[in-house]
Amino acid sequence: MRKAVAAPQISGISNPTKQQVRAGVTQAWMERLRPYLYVAPALTFFFLFFLFPIAYVIYLSFFDWTLLNLEEMDWVGFENYSALLAESDFHQVLWNSLVYTVSTVVLGILLSFLLALWLNKKAKVYGVIQAAVFSPHIISLVSVAMLWMWLMDPQYGLLNALLEMVGLPGYTWLAETKSAMISLILVSIWKGVGYNTLVFIAGMQSIPRDIYEAADLDQSPWWRTLTRITIPMLSPTLFFLLVINTVSSFQVFDTIYVMTQGGPINSTNMLVFYIYEQGMDFYNGGAASAASVILLGLVGILTFLHFRVMGKRVHYQ
Amino acid sequence: MARVELNQITKGFQNQTVVKGVNLVIPDGSFTVLVGPSGCGKSTTLRMIAGLESVTSGEIQIGDQVVNQLPPGKRDVAMVFQNYALYPTMNVYDNIAYGLRNRGTSKKDCKILVEEIAEIVGLTPYLKRKPSQLSGGQRQRVALARAMVKKPKVFLMDEPLSNLDAKLRNQMRVELTSLHKQLGSTFIYVTHDQVEAMTMGDQIVVMSEGNIMQVAAPMDLYQEPENLFVAQFIGSPAMNIIPSENDSQTLWGFRPEKALIMSDAVTTVSTNEMITLRGSIVSREILGADSLYYVETGKGRVVVKMDTDQTVELQTSVQVCVPYSHIYEFDRDSGNRVQRREGKPAPTLAGGMV
Repeated sequence: MRKAVAAPQISGISNPTKQQVRAGVTQAWMERLRPYLYVAPALTFFFLFFLFPIAYVIYLSFFDWTLLNLEEMDWVGFENYSALLAESDFHQVLWNSLVYTVSTVVLGILLSFLLALWLNKKAKVYGVIQAAVFSPHIISLVSVAMLWMWLMDPQYGLLNALLEMVGLPGYTWLAETKSAMISLILVSIWKGVGYNTLVFIAGMQSIPRDIYEAADLDQSPWWRTLTRITIPMLSPTLFFLLVINTVSSFQVFDTIYVMTQGGPINSTNMLVFYIYEQGMDFYNGGAASAASVILLGLVGILTFLHFRVMGKRVHYQ
Repeated sequence: MARVELNQITKGFQNQTVVKGVNLVIPDGSFTVLVGPSGCGKSTTLRMIAGLESVTSGEIQIGDQVVNQLPPGKRDVAMVFQNYALYPTMNVYDNIAYGLRNRGTSKKDCKILVEEIAEIVGLTPYLKRKPSQLSGGQRQRVALARAMVKKPKVFLMDEPLSNLDAKLRNQMRVELTSLHKQLGSTFIYVTHDQVEAMTMGDQIVVMSEGNIMQVAAPMDLYQEPENLFVAQFIGSPAMNIIPSENDSQTLWGFRPEKALIMSDAVTTVSTNEMITLRGSIVSREILGADSLYYVETGKGRVVVKMDTDQTVELQTSVQVCVPYSHIYEFDRDSGNRVQRREGKPAPTLAGGMV
């Protein structure tokens, strides 16, 4: 094909024949098509496994249907949504998700940041501690949940044994409505802190050392170095962690499933677990789909807000 | 303003000593350049004066005060870093004002001082910009302004021009020298570039492997090198070194511009007045006004610098003549200068060249 087009250009005298014109048109088309062909496999994958399920769950959320009988699907419009939003259990679920997300994200990131400040040093011992802090990240969440259930057992658990050793009364942990949420937050922070710390340390190490030396020569007190130099320089890292931690906190499921099953009295029921309950326990496909769409919307809005509000303050080199 | 004194300064990293007992007096108001090849300890020395590096042993004095135990901020020094080390998240104004604020200068005074300095270094239109929006030369000026605004006793500069392009570097060289005259403060300047050292310094400290090889004014360093290292480090191209004629313990050196190339046909001039090396020209580099000739002689390859107008063909057999008065003699083992050969004054060689 290339030859067919190249020929008239080289000769440059005779007008191109019809055949040559047609070949030229085909080639122009091919050139235009080529990039799409290159991305086609990835696009197919993306449509099939990302866009289509999203569209389909939105579609499903407008029907009243049950997993027990997939043949009968009645169009109900926004009824699934209005029912959900009217239900006090669902309000509780939303509230729980919010409390859980805000607590784990804020406390988790704060703790990781402090740990990173402490561990960002050269001596070997810090490397060992860093590895220890990171280790929960590579353990499966189900194992983590089992481990903490054992630790938090009110009678035989290690935590209460420790509390008693120092003369404090035992704690109810997972057994009571107030403490169960705190326990889940604790586990989530414990599991995530290692990864966050690692990312923070990587961010801190990418700050050139001579900037700190310049600050030393400028008589910068440590807290001002922290707030005027370290934190602004870490803003991309902070932003990244904020987004992924928020999204993953909203999606918490494993620990709830293993440790509390949403209880006691719905006190630790959160969005993903609620969706699972509606779909898999009560076979209520419509409610589950509608709740999924709400989750999608919430995470989307939060991410958007992060980008809008935080994004402007983030400093990229 | 202050003089800086180093007494028996050493610096060791793990099992390596990078600065080996340096004694140095940097006079008040001088422009002192520390120069040497990479790894000679010049930057480490500067960083020890700044307080960014601890001193393994010895004493550093700035003014009348021993500063070994003082943190960098309390030494009344300012430093310009090779990569500028500007605060990337602050704009130019805040970069310059940061040190002042930390000292407790009021906002009002800060503004006056920063604007004054910005005017001097020509940064006034850029005060609201972030460093990333500035060119290399402008960043360099911010770094300078940040140092100047503190009115320190001593300015420390660690290869501040090495990230600039050649043209800007020449310009900044001149600006820095005039800045030094204007401020009258002590400047300590580290570079590996002998041209920077020669053109800017009024005192040059040549370092090698953690030792000071010589401290002298630029022309003294060039004309009276105390050892082989200085002789070969200062001057471009480097001094030619050949074995001496009658003493195996010594080496002779002569500068490329002090040698003459003569046709082989010319009868040798009196050997009492100059040494003669026979050889042939192997290559030539034209630098513009001058050309460098590489001559393979019986005593090794030597370089001769000549006016480009006087061309000599390659492969020609020639003799390289050097008046004894331009020969430097060094001890082969220690590398120290033995004496300057006092031959008879060289005769004028009008028309002696090919």
